[in-house]
Amino acid sequence: MKHIADWTVSENKRLSADFCLLKVRLNDELPEIVPGQFVQILVPNAPNTLLRRPISVHFVDYDTHELWLLVQLVGAGTKKLSELKVGEQLNIVFPLGNGFSLPSAPSSRGGGEAITPPLEAGGGGRLLLIGGGAGTAPLLYLGKQLKELGHQPLFLLGGRTVNHLLQLAEFEKYGEVHTTTEDGSHGEKGFVTNHTILQTFAISSQRGVMSTGTPAACSGDTPSTIAQIYVCGPKPMMQAVAKYAKQHTIPCEVSLENKMACGIGACLCCVEKTTYGNICVCTAGPVFNINQLTWQI
Amino acid sequence: MANLSINIGALKCKNPVMTASGTFGYGLEYADFMDLSKIGGIFVKGTTITPREGNDYPRMAETPSGMLNAVGLQNKGVDYFINYIYPDIKDIDTNMMVNVSGSTIEDYVACAEKINALDNIPAIELNISCPNVKQGGMAFGTSPHGAAEIVKAVRKVYNKTLIVKLSPNVTDITEIARAVETAGADAVSLINTLLGMAIDVERRTPLLSTVTGGLSGPCVKPVALRMVYQTHKAVKIPIIGLGGITNWQDAVEFILAGATAIQIGTYNFIDPTISVKVVEGINEYLDRHKIQSVSELVGALG
Repeated sequence: MKHIADWTVSENKRLSADFCLLKVRLNDELPEIVPGQFVQILVPNAPNTLLRRPISVHFVDYDTHELWLLVQLVGAGTKKLSELKVGEQLNIVFPLGNGFSLPSAPSSRGGGEAITPPLEAGGGGRLLLIGGGAGTAPLLYLGKQLKELGHQPLFLLGGRTVNHLLQLAEFEKYGEVHTTTEDGSHGEKGFVTNHTILQTFAISSQRGVMSTGTPAACSGDTPSTIAQIYVCGPKPMMQAVAKYAKQHTIPCEVSLENKMACGIGACLCCVEKTTYGNICVCTAGPVFNINQLTWQI
Repeated sequence: MANLSINIGALKCKNPVMTASGTFGYGLEYADFMDLSKIGGIFVKGTTITPREGNDYPRMAETPSGMLNAVGLQNKGVDYFINYIYPDIKDIDTNMMVNVSGSTIEDYVACAEKINALDNIPAIELNISCPNVKQGGMAFGTSPHGAAEIVKAVRKVYNKTLIVKLSPNVTDITEIARAVETAGADAVSLINTLLGMAIDVERRTPLLSTVTGGLSGPCVKPVALRMVYQTHKAVKIPIIGLGGITNWQDAVEFILAGATAIQIGTYNFIDPTISVKVVEGINEYLDRHKIQSVSELVGALG
C-alpha cells in the first residue's frame, strides 16, 4: 500500500558542502518500509520545480515515526530541501519500489544450512554492502536490518574525498566499515573496486579457504567468502562491482537511480533494459539482481 | 451540489474531469491514493496493435514548470491489453477509455476494431498526435487530409464514442479539428504535447535519447487554452481540453474557453489525488456562483 501524507521536518543537518541529513516525522504509525525502497518528495516553495524528488530511505525509526533521508544537493530542488527548517511540512509519497532481498537467517560458517533464496551461493559467507557517495544512503537501513537478522554486514563505502563519505559513525553501529577515497583523504586511495578486501575475498574464494595473515576484513572468526553483494552508487561503480560479482559468481543486487517522474509506474520514463524488456525502475526496482539486467559486464 | 454530469456524444460522464493517457497508467496505479470512481473517466496508456518497447533511456527531462518526455508509446499491445489488463479494469466504476495509436492506417483500424468488441470500454481516443514515434502518430495529425483519412477508416469499424486527440504542433489546429469533425469524430481532445528539446551544456548532448520530445505541464497551459478557445469557435462537436491543468481554477478556465470536459495529465505525477480535488473544486465553484449545471459554463466567457 502506497501513501501520500504531510510529514514534519524534525531535523535538517548539513553533513558537508554537498549533502544534508533530513529527518522527517509522521504524525501516525509508519507502515512497513523495507531497505532499498524510496519516497517521492514534493519540493515546497519552488513553483518552477515541477516534479517530486525521488530520495532513498536512509533509515527508519519506527519508535519516533521518523524517516531519515540523505539528500545530495544536485540542483534547485534538492537545494530547497537542504534549506528546510525544523517544523516545516513536507508532502511525501511513500514507500515506493521494491527493496533488497534479505536473507532470513545468518550464514553459518563452514557451509552448513544453505541460506534461503536469493542467496544461491555457498552456505557461509559475508554480506558485503558497497556504496558510493549518495548511493550509500539505503545501505544504512539495510545494514541495520541485516544485523537484526543476525548477520555481520561488511560495509565498503567510497567517495571522492573524505567529505563525500557520510554517516560513518552510524554505519559502524551495524557492521565493519571500510572506506576508499579518490584522493586518499580517508581509507584506501582509489575506487571501491580496488579495495584490498575485495582482492582478499577474491583470493580466498578461489582457494575456498581462509588465507593466513589476512587484513582486518577477514580477521576474527568470520567466513572468508562473500555470500551476497548489495551495491548502490554511480552507474560505472555499480557496473564494476557487478563485474566483480559475476567473475566470482557472487549473487549481486544493485539499486538503480534512473531519472523518474511519477515514481508509481504510470509515466514509463525511468525504464531500464532488462532480460524481459524495458522495465520501470520505480516499480520493478529500484533494486535488481544483476542477472536481470543487460549490462555489458 | 451542482449537476456535474456531461455528455461527450453518446458517452455519459458523472463529471467533466478525466485523466490523460500516458499519465495515469491503467488507473490501478493510482488506486492506493484515490477513489477512481470519483472522476468522470480514465484514458489508459496509448495502445498499439503490436507490442512496443518504446524509446531508449533517457526519456524524460524536467524543464521550468514542465517536463519533456519521449516514452514512444511503450505498451504490450492490444491483445495483451484485452487478455490481461482489461479484466482487471473493466469493473472500475468510471468510463475506462483506451488511447489508440499506430504506425499505419491499418494498425489503427485493427486496434480500434478489437477494442470495439470490449463491452466496458465506451470510447476510444485516437492518438494522431504522438510526437515520439518515427512513423504514424503525429504524422497523421499534422495535415487535415491525413487526419481525416484515419478518422474515416476507424469510423467504419468503431461504433462507440470516437474522440480524436489533436496535436498542437500545427499552424492552425482548427483546420485539423474541422477535418476530423467532417470525417465522423464524435469529439476532439486537445492538446497533446508540444515538440520541445533540452540540452546538457556540460556534456554538450541532448537530454533525451531521441533529441526531441513532448513538452507538458503548467508551462503549456496558455497555449492549450488558446487552442481550445479557437477550436470551440470552429467546430460543433464537444471538446475535451487538456494541457497543464494543476487545479480546479485551471479546469474552469478550459471549460470557459469551450471545453465540455477536461483531462489532467502531468500533474497526476505531482499530486496523485489531484483529479478528485479538481472535481470537488469545480463543484464548490458552481455552488458559489449559483450555477446549476457545469454544462452551462462551457464557452460561457463574458
